[in-house]
Amino acid sequence: MSTLHTVNKSPYERGSLDSCLAHALPGDAVLLIEDAVVGARAGSTRVAEALKAAMPGCTIHVLGPDLAARGIPADAVVEGVSVVDYGGFVDLAATHDKSQAWL
Amino acid sequence: MKFAVVVNEGPYTHQASDTAYQFTKAALEKGHEIYRVFFYHDGVNNATRLTVPPQDERNVQKNWSELAEKNALDMVVCIAAAQRRGILDEGEAKRHGKGEGSANIAPGFRISGLGQLIEAGIQADRLVVFGD
Repeated sequence: MSTLHTVNKSPYERGSLDSCLAHALPGDAVLLIEDAVVGARAGSTRVAEALKAAMPGCTIHVLGPDLAARGIPADAVVEGVSVVDYGGFVDLAATHDKSQAWL
Repeated sequence: MKFAVVVNEGPYTHQASDTAYQFTKAALEKGHEIYRVFFYHDGVNNATRLTVPPQDERNVQKNWSELAEKNALDMVVCIAAAQRRGILDEGEAKRHGKGEGSANIAPGFRISGLGQLIEAGIQADRLVVFGD
């Protein structure tokens, strides 16, 4: 049973990404949407390190239109994080057994 | 695949209603079925026909209504959440003595109970939640 986790708040504002990463199991996917996309920016930040640490087990994705809306280029994301569009969001929801929104 | 979508946030609040709309649209474009869109908590505010946003701006309520019309979507508004926030259909307006013409539910939405959310969770393959 795999889960798609969605996180929609900036990890610099709320603890929902930390909670999500602490609960995500191997085989799960984490999708950053809305304000959470700022966490996907590459750099020597605590959040970028946390995403890298989670990646051997989980796949990490970020919603491209929300990145663009916040002026973050798609090639400026943490290595290994995949940029998806809304269709990709639907695919992630379809290919995992359930979805969990970390609101 | 059958999807059910839950919207817990009102329009123009943050981004959840917009994200839910784009997700629903993308799922339909990919050939999936949307079993139901359930509006709960402040999400019921998406269902008022009285919003008048600036003409050059997206119209969240109208977007939902048009998507529903085009794809025969079942868009359900939680009755208890709707009554608290003044979202009424003809029957509810009459029942609460709100006077002629005070029903404000937008086209494509219907008012029903939480059972519709539970049923959507059972019937759909995936339940995807959007909120603040």
